[in-house]
Amino acid sequence: MTPDKRSAYWKANLRLLTILLIIWFIVSYGFGILLVEPMNAIKLGGYPLGFWFAQQGSIYVFVVLIFIYAAMMGRLDKKFDVDED
Amino acid sequence: MTPLELWTYSIVGATFAIYIGIAIWARAKTTGEFYVAGGGVHPVANGMATAADWMSAASFISMAGMLAFGGYGASVFLMGWTGGYVLLALLLAPYLRKFGKFTVPEFIGDRYYSQSARVVAVICLILASTTYVIGQMTGIGVAFSRFLGVTYEMGIIVGMGIVAIYAILGGMKGITYTQIAQYVVLILAYTIPAIFIALTLTGIAIPQIGLGGNYLGEGGGISLLDKLDQVVTDLGFKQYTTQVMGSTLNMFVYTLSLMIGTAGLPHVIIRFFTVPTVKDARYSAGWALVFIALLYTTAPAVGAMARLNLMETIQIGEVGSPTGNLVYDERPDWFKRWETTGLLKFEDKNGDGRIQYYNDANADFAAQAESFGWQGNEMVTVNNDIIVMANPEIARLPAWVIALVVAGGLAAALSTAAGLLLAISSSISHDLLKGVMMPRISEKSELMAGRLAMIGAIVLAGYLGFNPPGFAAGTVALAFGLAASSLFPALMLGIFSKRANNVGAIAGMISGITITLLYVFQHKGIFFVSGTEFLMPEIGMGEDWFFGISPNAFGAVGALVNFTVAILVAKVTAPPPEAIQHLVEDVRIPRGSGTAVSH
Repeated sequence: MTPDKRSAYWKANLRLLTILLIIWFIVSYGFGILLVEPMNAIKLGGYPLGFWFAQQGSIYVFVVLIFIYAAMMGRLDKKFDVDED
Repeated sequence: MTPLELWTYSIVGATFAIYIGIAIWARAKTTGEFYVAGGGVHPVANGMATAADWMSAASFISMAGMLAFGGYGASVFLMGWTGGYVLLALLLAPYLRKFGKFTVPEFIGDRYYSQSARVVAVICLILASTTYVIGQMTGIGVAFSRFLGVTYEMGIIVGMGIVAIYAILGGMKGITYTQIAQYVVLILAYTIPAIFIALTLTGIAIPQIGLGGNYLGEGGGISLLDKLDQVVTDLGFKQYTTQVMGSTLNMFVYTLSLMIGTAGLPHVIIRFFTVPTVKDARYSAGWALVFIALLYTTAPAVGAMARLNLMETIQIGEVGSPTGNLVYDERPDWFKRWETTGLLKFEDKNGDGRIQYYNDANADFAAQAESFGWQGNEMVTVNNDIIVMANPEIARLPAWVIALVVAGGLAAALSTAAGLLLAISSSISHDLLKGVMMPRISEKSELMAGRLAMIGAIVLAGYLGFNPPGFAAGTVALAFGLAASSLFPALMLGIFSKRANNVGAIAGMISGITITLLYVFQHKGIFFVSGTEFLMPEIGMGEDWFFGISPNAFGAVGALVNFTVAILVAKVTAPPPEAIQHLVEDVRIPRGSGTAVSH
């Protein structure tokens, strides 16, 4: 593997990481903590929305983020021919 | 024997028989099996084992109680203990799996080409994991004291004995398969009562949805959360859905500490050494979080509903009316049973024979309460830990459900204790003994050393269990602070920075963990010995003096210090040798992962 290709693969990985971690931050620290008061003005059923993100929503998003990461990395691995199969 | 005792003995006995059966069937014969279960565990199976490994007595027993009394503020535990898996999956697990060794200090030693770094990592690991084990011991004590009707201390001794047999026989291979069984037990034990209670209170069987549903009981027609807010504020407590823990900043930092700590806890990381490939490690982290989320999204419903049930059990009528409070002699059976454990305590302060449970720390309400003839909160002890254990009884569920909860609590504590003890003993036998002191030790002797190290760890944990520094989750939270401030930064920099070097890593780990420990000891005593606290309010170092951050939340600050020191020191010292830079390039690429090997 050439150093160029190696660093392109790593950059693509870092880009993906950054995007996913921004979402990770927004749903928990953003909606669940920093913006919880304004979010609570909105209701989701009987849940104030900020409270819902803090105790439910953020967790669901975390699960989805990891599976997206695993799937996208699988694709990157194939594209850059560094997969294990 | 009462039907409840019969059920409890049967169910707990049956689960123990299964665990011991698996442990005997899956005895470890090689160090590879002892440390990483031979390296061929399916990612979904590993996800399930990780979930049990991870979800401790704190998650199972204490968390719903912390939610019940902490309300929104306790969200830090929910987000912190799940969000860490995103960090683990994206920043550590795949790379450490590619590296393909047995222990976390081994990676640090190799990556930082330094035996000293490895030893520092071992010390940090032992500090974090031992602290964590204390939480499991107290959890086992609570479950056993309830189940066997014995004292808390006796409970710990019995629990320790079982952990000992179990952890020594098992090794990672045995632990993996027992943890899978323990996950099944604990998730059934957690969700079944939650479903019953959600159905009773809201008519909705799914607790996650029921918590957002309407309250069916008296004074219903409003949402359950609104009802709860109303009931607690009527008695002077803080509003459930908005009460914060400390301050917004404290919650932010606390959540961050728990997340970073989660990703840095060695007993969790080593679980990802057991899967066959890097790809499996990524998916396995996702599966682990799926299994964890099942419990973690149920817990808020359990906490809120238990709190509502508890309040309504005691405050049977209008607040302030003479017959509004439960007569002590008419208290339900569960109340009496928990009083014998000392975790629930009543004191008839105004001598009226009725129970007044309210927030007497709230000056406004206390004044009002006085006009009712109340002379202080009479529920002098309501331990967080009883919420989950007593919940099915409070909700009057059948005896077999209550028995199942006991088995679940024990499964959670035992599985985590076993995982922690393995992390501790492997760091001693593999890192200290084989890695540093006796590199030529035979595999057979190393295996024996691992088992001996485990016995030592259990004895230490038992001693600390007798002198617990706080309720179960409190000590667990500290373990996260220690892992966050020491191991996580060293691991992450080791992968993401080619420039990170030996001196930087050592300086970073030592300064991070030292600063965290100092802050904690300052508040809670040196090694938790009461009376040795050294808060100094006269020079501005009073309680939570650092921006109002509580000691349990301090790990994120320690991590920041660690990162900063490691980066700055690396800048002014020699870069790592070329071979190490190649090693870093190599762990970044999945291809070429073999199963974990010792060399």
